[in-house]
Amino acid sequence: MAEEKPRYLIFLGCVIPYRLSSYEVSTRKVLQALGVELVEMPEYNCCGFPMDPVNHDTMLTLAARNLCVAEREGLNILTLCNGCFGTLYKVNKTLKEEEEEREKINGYLKEFGMEFKGTIEVKHLVHVLTEDIGFEKIKGAVKKPLTNLRVAQHTGCHIVRPKKLIGKDDPEDPKLLKELIRLTGAKCLDYMDEAECCGNPIIGVNETIPFSMAKEKFDHIMDVGAQALITVCPFCHMMYDLNQPRIERAFNTKIGIPVLHYPQLLGLAMGFTPEELAINELRVKPTQLLEQI
Amino acid sequence: MSQTSQVIKAEELDPKFKYEISKIHGAEKLMLCFQCGTCTADCPVSRYSEFYRPRKIARMVQLGLKDRILSDKHLWICTTCYTCIDHCPQDVDVAHVIRVLRNMSVKHTNLMPLVYKELAGNLMKSGFVYMIPESRIRRREQAGLPPLPKTKPDEVAKVFELTGFTKLLENSETFEKVE
Ligand code: SF4
Ligand code: SF4
Repeated sequence: MAEEKPRYLIFLGCVIPYRLSSYEVSTRKVLQALGVELVEMPEYNCCGFPMDPVNHDTMLTLAARNLCVAEREGLNILTLCNGCFGTLYKVNKTLKEEEEEREKINGYLKEFGMEFKGTIEVKHLVHVLTEDIGFEKIKGAVKKPLTNLRVAQHTGCHIVRPKKLIGKDDPEDPKLLKELIRLTGAKCLDYMDEAECCGNPIIGVNETIPFSMAKEKFDHIMDVGAQALITVCPFCHMMYDLNQPRIERAFNTKIGIPVLHYPQLLGLAMGFTPEELAINELRVKPTQLLEQI
Repeated sequence: MSQTSQVIKAEELDPKFKYEISKIHGAEKLMLCFQCGTCTADCPVSRYSEFYRPRKIARMVQLGLKDRILSDKHLWICTTCYTCIDHCPQDVDVAHVIRVLRNMSVKHTNLMPLVYKELAGNLMKSGFVYMIPESRIRRREQAGLPPLPKTKPDEVAKVFELTGFTKLLENSETFEKVE
């Protein structure tokens, strides 16, 4: 019997269509080549996370509305963003397991003809790569191993924490992204405080603290000689790539570390060109890195 | 937390505050906090802020310093990294307690950071928290990406109304930065 092709509704969230199509372009290229079918998610809205600080029920209902759309389509959700993943995954779990919460939220959803039933699952790109496609198949797709590269990973928070709710990977010492990076042939270096947050969620109210957090991360990865930082979240990516010139100005220093979305790194190893992976859209250009591969 | 005065006056204590908070989803274990300080020690924001201390937030709630904590703008600089939840030896969901306090603070003080008002406005208009410019949408086509799915801003606005967000927006003044 032919192996069934994994099929997902792709949930793009807000940051990707607003600023980071490079992540989307490279993800689609790589997943298509690895045999994952992506279906466009119709009528979705922001995952809900940005509204949680002001009103928890608004977040729950916005997230549940998305889950209901996916239930109607009869497909599991694939997210590229840690924030979207954490939100949709946790709300899905809470509403499946807790009757009181489910009834409250269904009371709101009823007003526009929806009901949460709990029939689908939510995964992040990292989980689709590691759980559905698997290390062997990815390894087999690598045609141009990036053996000259030394990089560092930033897994981020909402894909692993809180541990008791997510239950995947090791939040203190995340390993999945590291293993995925190593499949490309690149060296993934250990560095101090790898699990530290990017700080981006508070940038709207305070810049100094997240910039200091990011600067510390750059110091640590530069200490071990990493040539690039690899991310799996558009929000973390914005902090380290788009904001890098501002961090440099704030600390009057030169950083110059390119920040690649993981599917860009994997795509290079699979033989795609930098143009096909929208690498030219990065703020910090990985010129030297591209020369080395 | 930002108050310089460390003096606590009996009349500013609300003895029922901790029970009120503990009833809310996410904050149930607040009273189990034994003030070990692990959350503060491992909080990345505390490392760079002179004022922000999750341990202290937990204590202020336990003591009943309701007005003080709900009007403290430093509540808004938690990045929600959830390290405190993963490290708390008493299984207190510290970051969720902070979320509960933020939600309550908006109601109590009629104040919220400007950024949330802006994001909420965009969301009700477009379905996304950012207004995605036309140029971006055209560039998607050029990059060979499928068009963005149509959103349903009317349903999003309905969610805001039903859950009480719209009323909060109407009632609230804003502030911009928290140092
Ligand atoms: S880690 Fe837990 S028990 Fe320790 S101070 Fe923080 S909330 Fe309290
Ligand atoms: S979730 Fe907030 S309080 Fe907890 S460790 Fe992270 S920044 Fe600090």
